Amino acid sequence: MTAEGLESLARKVIQMALDSGATAAECTVSEGNQFSVNVRKGEVETLTEAGSRGTGVRVLVDHNTGSAYTSDLTAEGIRKMVDSALQLAKITTADPYAGLPSPEELGKVTADLQLYSPLVAELTTEWKIEQARRAEAAAFAVDPRILNSEGASFDTHTGQTVFANSLGFVGSYRTSSCSISAVPVAHLDGSMERDYWYSVARVPDQLDDPDTVGRRAAERALRRLGARKVPTQKVPVIFEPRVARSLIDNIFDAVSGDSIYRGESFLAEKLGQQVASTKLTLIDDATIPGLFGSTPFDDEGVPSRRTVVIEKGILRSWLLNSYTARKLGLRTTGNASRGITGNAGVGNGNLFFEAGDQSAEDIIASVKNGFYVTELIGFGVNTVTGDYSRGAAGLWIENGRLSFPVSEVTIAGTLQEMLMGIEAIGSDLEFRSSMASPTLMIREMTVSGQ
Amino acid sequence: MAFRDSFFATRFGLTEHDLENYLSEALAMGGDYADLYFEYLATSAISIDESIVKSATQGVSMGIGVRVIAGERTGYAYSDDLSPKRIRNAAKVASFIARGPSTVEKVPLMELRGGNLYPVLVSPNETDLVDRVALVKRADKAARDADRRIFQVQATYADNLRHVLVATSDGTLSFDRQPLARMSVAALARDGSAASQRGYSGGGGRVSLDFFLNEKTPEHFAQEAARQAIVQLEAIPAPAGETTVVLGPGWPGILLHEAVGHGLEADFNRKGTSAFSNRVGQKVASELCTVVDDGTIANRRGSLNVDDEGNPTQHNVLIENGILRGYLTDKLSGKILRQRSTGSGRRESYQHIPMPRMTNTFMLAGESDPGEIIRSVKKGLYCANFGGGQVDITSGNFVFSASESYLIEDGKLTRPVRGATLIGNGPEALKYVSMVGNDLQLDEGIGICGKEGQSVPVGVGIPTIKLDRMTVGGTA
Repeated sequence: MTAEGLESLARKVIQMALDSGATAAECTVSEGNQFSVNVRKGEVETLTEAGSRGTGVRVLVDHNTGSAYTSDLTAEGIRKMVDSALQLAKITTADPYAGLPSPEELGKVTADLQLYSPLVAELTTEWKIEQARRAEAAAFAVDPRILNSEGASFDTHTGQTVFANSLGFVGSYRTSSCSISAVPVAHLDGSMERDYWYSVARVPDQLDDPDTVGRRAAERALRRLGARKVPTQKVPVIFEPRVARSLIDNIFDAVSGDSIYRGESFLAEKLGQQVASTKLTLIDDATIPGLFGSTPFDDEGVPSRRTVVIEKGILRSWLLNSYTARKLGLRTTGNASRGITGNAGVGNGNLFFEAGDQSAEDIIASVKNGFYVTELIGFGVNTVTGDYSRGAAGLWIENGRLSFPVSEVTIAGTLQEMLMGIEAIGSDLEFRSSMASPTLMIREMTVSGQ
Repeated sequence: MAFRDSFFATRFGLTEHDLENYLSEALAMGGDYADLYFEYLATSAISIDESIVKSATQGVSMGIGVRVIAGERTGYAYSDDLSPKRIRNAAKVASFIARGPSTVEKVPLMELRGGNLYPVLVSPNETDLVDRVALVKRADKAARDADRRIFQVQATYADNLRHVLVATSDGTLSFDRQPLARMSVAALARDGSAASQRGYSGGGGRVSLDFFLNEKTPEHFAQEAARQAIVQLEAIPAPAGETTVVLGPGWPGILLHEAVGHGLEADFNRKGTSAFSNRVGQKVASELCTVVDDGTIANRRGSLNVDDEGNPTQHNVLIENGILRGYLTDKLSGKILRQRSTGSGRRESYQHIPMPRMTNTFMLAGESDPGEIIRSVKKGLYCANFGGGQVDITSGNFVFSASESYLIEDGKLTRPVRGATLIGNGPEALKYVSMVGNDLQLDEGIGICGKEGQSVPVGVGIPTIKLDRMTVGGTA
């Protein structure tokens, strides 16, 4: 559908809700096209291509809320959806804080955020297959110990999102993305290790070339070969950017307005206090052109913006939507997020640690005995208490050098101590998703092994 | 039920003739197999927070996925529009994967008939909303009443009703009506100025709403969530390093899901990328261990009458007395490995390609008394509850995170300890199982398994077991 078509559908849904007894309403319409190809051992293994669309509505009847969605965009499907939302508003409880943002908070970033390129939809199937094939071939070419592969993939997505509410806000934007990835498997004496590498961009010509992606994936798998456990000990830990990013995810949970008003965050009472090393600054900015967390407005129609969350170690701001802002007596930070329907939750824009000035090599060189972490697995992070314990793999540092691969160990501590203990921040900040971190060094964590 | 009386036939006017035509179009460019997967999914979710029912959502999604297999190549396309034109278009897009003449002999569709593992007359999704909202209100009250230190409660009830229809070029015609419901409760406890602690509990299955009124009530889940939060108020740091670990019965069966289950999915094994590849017949666990994956248990969350490729689910023995017996297969992997389908082809929705997945994975009961198992440990850790887990299929390294555990000192449970991740290696970890209890329990029905971006409901189970050696990721 055209943007006008989707916008007019959203307006129609809002009007139908108001005519049926809603006192306020919000509607999202989204449409997307997906392409995905996986090549394994040079042959196409899977190829998927499809489009889908759907719409959702949230109604308020005074302070009672109800939500519904449908993929059936016929007149009958829409009617049923609106009725269903209104019916649900009868069984929910009046919540004095439920509502839409205030009218003066609504708006859009007017600058071109470069979220869409028509070139993505024009890529031919043959070209996309060839990219994946080249990435996998490059991985195999690195070393004879790359004997197997989970394949290499090329994926594209284009989409269009429309949001409207009963205060007269209507906005829409298109997005595109393409990505290439490779997952080679390295063999040594009957044991195997795999790793991956990828590149993602809004525009095809900003992707890394397939050879680089394949080669880096292979190098990463190879350097894990022969990994061993180490004795249990407390040492400095360095997170490479790919895993350091997961710390941002943990902090996000702890600064999101929902966790704060419920008191379920280890940072809940800490606004204005020092919660991290003075070297650390955490920024959320959904207005940076071309990045994956950028949008002209949030999922309540509030303009995107830049929010400094942690400034030189001091906790400066929560991330809020209009509901959590009202609960806390604050203003929304434009961080409303939801799928196609429901009450808005809190989401991030581009949430990142500011780059430092040391190279990753210099940071590694500064450690006599420590752990350079390249992979984390599991869910052992409790953002209520800050307790942190995750499975890890990486390379052991001896006398400032990456010395041997390590796996089947855990790293543990508390997020409080980890944040305060950040001693070095790399200059290698790179945006590969809506969360990004440079290399980080933490003074001390417990490594559990033998 | 005859096909003409089935959901898709009555609601969308589909006939067997239509299905055969679409399959022919899917194979028009060649290929040796095609299937159609129709799905109609109705969902509802209701949440209470701060004693206010803040959120209630209902929705409907539907669509069809068309798959064409040519050799080891798979073409896939889907549509959320069930009009003949869009279905034909999806068939055409999926067919591009194939080249050359079709090798398929036409097999007439044969309707699969079997028993019903979840003969729920009125699915929870079809009940009065007022009855469903009452569940979360009861849970909220019960958690708050459980202990004065509970200061926040969130409870969610969610259900869905999925109608599926699978038609395949090798003649399978299956349809199923799959109800599913669950509720969960999270409680936060605080005592003075000490840090808050969270407790979590939930369960459900392919059941009627009566399950939550008669068997596992909102109060049951609420009190359990509150109990876990309160226990954590007293917790001390978990130990670090290798120690003896005793797992309690039920949800700790997630060990099996991560340590062996994923590694035995046939897609990884046909590609040779699993730590269990080429190990059938070898010893991968102590002889006390027999592990099965069983999709045929009545009313369980992980159970299905038919998998998402139209095959009946089965009771599959994965490990028998420590010896690896076989893999979980879907049609494609089964064909390549020359193994019969184990009824393990599952997918998240019509937008996804099926792959081998677990259903309900558990270890059979042994002979030891659970109390005796704990008494046999001089120094170790007892884990009663876990959060999630994850595995690296290729190296075999897996983790799972304990959310409720206790020190064992001189054969007794003493202090509760804080959350900690346990780590091990799949083909090695179960070799250290030295005692297996007689108290097999399945979990309460809350598990969600993620693989390559697809989530499906699963179950796990285990009796009390003792592992002589496992690495615990604490700080003490």
